[in-house]
Parts: sequence; C-alpha cells; structure tokens
Amino acid sequence: MKTVMEPKRTNTTFAEQPLTEKTEKKPVALDVKHLNIYYGENHAVKDVNFSIDQNTVTALIGPSGCGKSTFLRSINRMNDLIPGARSTGEIQYDDVNLIGDDINVVALRKEIGMVFQKPNPFPKSIYNNIVHALKFNGIRSKKKLDGIVEESLRKAALWDEVKDRLHESALSLSGGQQQRLCIARTLAMKPNILLLDEPASALDPISNAKIEDLIMGLKKEYTIVIVTHNMHQASRISDKTAFFLNGVLVEFDKTDKIFTNPSKKDTEDYITGRFG
Amino acid sequence: MNSKVADRIATTIFYLIAATIVTVLVGLLGYIIYHGFSKLNLDFLTSPSSSFRAGGGIGNQLFNSFYILFLTMVFTVPLGLGGGIYMAEYARPGRLTNAIRTCIEVLASLPSIVIGMFGLLMFVNLTGWGYSILGGALALTVFNLPVMVRVCEDALRTVARDQKEASLALGITHWHTIKTVLLPAAFPSILTGAILASGRVFGEAAALLFTAGLTTPTLDFSNWNPFDATSPLNIFRPAETLAVHIWAVNTQGLIPDVREVADGSSAVLIISVLLFNLLARWIGSIVHKKITASK
Repeated sequence: MKTVMEPKRTNTTFAEQPLTEKTEKKPVALDVKHLNIYYGENHAVKDVNFSIDQNTVTALIGPSGCGKSTFLRSINRMNDLIPGARSTGEIQYDDVNLIGDDINVVALRKEIGMVFQKPNPFPKSIYNNIVHALKFNGIRSKKKLDGIVEESLRKAALWDEVKDRLHESALSLSGGQQQRLCIARTLAMKPNILLLDEPASALDPISNAKIEDLIMGLKKEYTIVIVTHNMHQASRISDKTAFFLNGVLVEFDKTDKIFTNPSKKDTEDYITGRFG
Repeated sequence: MNSKVADRIATTIFYLIAATIVTVLVGLLGYIIYHGFSKLNLDFLTSPSSSFRAGGGIGNQLFNSFYILFLTMVFTVPLGLGGGIYMAEYARPGRLTNAIRTCIEVLASLPSIVIGMFGLLMFVNLTGWGYSILGGALALTVFNLPVMVRVCEDALRTVARDQKEASLALGITHWHTIKTVLLPAAFPSILTGAILASGRVFGEAAALLFTAGLTTPTLDFSNWNPFDATSPLNIFRPAETLAVHIWAVNTQGLIPDVREVADGSSAVLIISVLLFNLLARWIGSIVHKKITASK
C-alpha cells in the first residue's frame, strides 16, 4: 500500500507551500465519482459524485438509513467487514482508487482514521489504548511512545485531565473523555483524514461542545468528514455540507448556503425539520 | 383474571422452579457429603485401594483423575481455541461452515459411552497401546473438544463488535486484532468455560472404561521418570480414575467396605467438581480485573 499510495501528500508539505500558491480553491483530499454501494440486494448509496477538500470539515447529514454512514465507512473500507457489501465507482485519494481490490486496507486505515458513534476504548489503560496500534507498527522505544501519547492526548484536549492517571483503565473515564481518548488514539497514527461517525451523539451537551471545539481545532491539520444528526452541529463546525436522502446525494455545497438558501426542496424540508 | 394476578402467579411459579432446582442440588450434595464426609481423611485420600480387604484408599485414583484431566486439557485447549477462532472470525457463512457446525454439534451430543467405544477402537486397539492414560486423555479430548470450540467461539463472539472495529480502524491486521483485542477480552469467559469443562471431564466415567481401563498398576510415587513402568507419570500405563472407581467398586467390588469407599469417593468427586466451579468464577473475575486495569 505504501507504494500504491505514493506520492504521499502530508499536511506538512502543504504548510510549507508558499502563501502565494494558496488560492481560494483548496486541494482535493477525496474525489468521489459514480460511487455505488450495495448490501446484498439493497442499493444503499446511489451514484454519488462530489469532492472533499483538504483541511476542511465536511458534514454528512440526512435521515437515518440515507446512506451517509455507509458512505463514510466505505472511505476506509470498514464496509469490508459486512458480508455481502460491495461497491462500484471511485473514491480517488492521491490518485489511488480506494474502492479498488488491490488496496491494502490495513495501510489505508492508518492514513484514514475513524472514530465511531459509541466511544469504544479498549478495556486497557489509557496509555495502552494509545500505544496499542503504535506498538503494532513497530514503535518500541518507551521515550518515543511516551512522546506520542502526550502529543495525541494534547491534540485531543484530554492531556490535562488524564496526565496523572495514564495507567488507569480507560473505562474509568467519562463518556466524553472516552470519546476524546478514541480521537487521540486515532490521531496517534498521524492520519491525513479523520472520519467521524456521529462522534458526539452519545454524549451530554458539555462533552458534545468539547468535541466540537476539538474538531474545529483539528481542521488545521486534518481533513475531517463527519456524519451528524445534529443540524446545529453541522452548521457550527463544517465548511461544506452534503445532504443525503435514500442513498442519493441530494445537495452538496458550502454549509452557509445549505442552511440559509438550499437549492433543493428536499434539503430545505429536512433542515427545517419537516421530515427525518 | 387481571394482569396483576397473572403477574403474581407467574412470579410464584418461577420462584417455585428456582426453589426446586436449589432443593435438588442441596439435597444431593448434602446426602453425598453427609455420607462420605466421615471417610475423608488423609489416609483415605493418599493410600492405594485394596482388592479384597477393607480400609483401602483412593490415592492412585485421585492422582489418575487429575493427571488425565491435565493431559486432556493440554490437548483440548489449543485445539478448542483454534477451532473457536476459526468459527468466530474466519469461517464465511456458507455450506462448509454449516457442515462444520453440524459436525461439532453432533460430536457434542454423542453419548460418552460411544466415545469410549470409539476410543477403544482407535486409541487402544489400533495404536496397540492397550489401556493407557494417553488413550483415556485422547478419548476425553474427543468428548471435550466440541464443548471447548463452542466456549471459545461464544467467548469471541460476545466481545463487542465495536472493539474489533476500533482495532481494525486503527490499521491493525485481523490476526493482530484477534491476538491483542479479542482474545484478551474473551479470556475470562474462555478460562471459566475451560474450568467448567474440566469439571465435566473430571467426573466422566463411561468414556474411560474402555480406554484408560479399570486397573492401576502398583505405583511408586518416588519415581518420576515418565518412561518407567511404575512411574505415576507414565502415560502408557492403565489408570482407573475416581469416577470409574466409584462405578467399579459398586458393580464388581470384592472389598467388604464397598459402601464406605463409594461414599467417600463420591464425596471427593463432588467436592472437586464444586471446587472447579468456584475456582472458575474466582479466577475469571480476577483475570478480568487484571486485564481491564479496573479496580
């Protein structure tokens, strides 16, 4: 995969680009072309075309079962786990089609991380939750591991709360803290893209707000795609919004536009709460 | 009849059923332990049994039981774990998987005497070992394997799906996920299941009648060379276990104190099985606390 994914565009190379080259149009992180996803006979995602820009937050909204989570899970191939799921079309990422059969999903998932709806820390210590995947990737040096643990916990705004109890069980944390730990664990892998599947929906409003702040901050370094049922959340944190309905991408535009002046009637009906 | 009365009647019935179960168990245990307890002393537990005179013990039988149990688990646990991992994680839904599952279920429901006869053919006659500890342990492996596969499969399946997804989403391979996330999380259930299965193996008689035999040679407990004929560790010697001994003294015992020996042996057997159960719970909860780093 590493070879398949070359040349790898990292966030640092973009930071080093001269400002003059930064135009209004941001580089594309993911380019989706004619994507279809099926679960057996069920056509869950129908001919979706749009592109997601680097270092932006893209919100996917729509009623339950509209295909937005299915789409999200297809980006890092988590749908592979579901028997009978198959996809056609393209999701271009650095000139590689992520839907292709020759993709090394293990390497792919290191670059495109995912955080789930329900906080799912491992029943291990906070520290081990983060180093679990690092050790698998051959990082053994205690000093290096400690450094990454602190760095990722800081990025996830959790360091101050847990720095004195890194070796306690992750299950002793509150739901909101657990979710930030899951984000930290994903960040430790230094991904380029973060996929968030309703990351705050199982949390209380205060934890929810913390996660939102976190996402806004992470945008500088990562491309973020977030599925949410919370319209306010989508309007607060995202740059662009995609509205899905019955597996079809109905509308994709700047978030301001979607929430103030949508061009499709279905979109307007949904965001004003007329259905879904 | 209104719903309140119906609810009360249902509650009462369930209480009665629960009470019946407890009564049967307590009655059985109480009877066996009451009759056998007076026999329980160090001499009875350690001395060899006698063929004609009164006052024989169950030392050899007790040792044989634990030794065969140990060997059985040495065979069963790795095989059961491998089968369980395959069934829970790798088997794709389809005809082959269904066929394997049917085989496991049929094997699990085979009467133990049939397994004993199969063992006689395979591990006694075909191999030419005669009645032996190894033959007995292998027959018990056949007896125990489907249960272990089931235990391991269920334990792995009950690990929350989100744990597996979390690990895979971090770019960790399937096998490493099984090793470092699924197996540790499933370990307490697997251990508990293994110990409970041990209780079943420990009390099994029918499968051993024709495989490990009804006799025990004179054993020299100071000789621990496993290749020596009189060594207790020799796996090619016949070995009568405790459960088989109970059956043997009751049906063909020539000793005058058949009743006492049977009572005492039964008490030892049932106390051992009880201990296995308590141990399973205790170790299971300790291990769970340890690996989840919870207090």
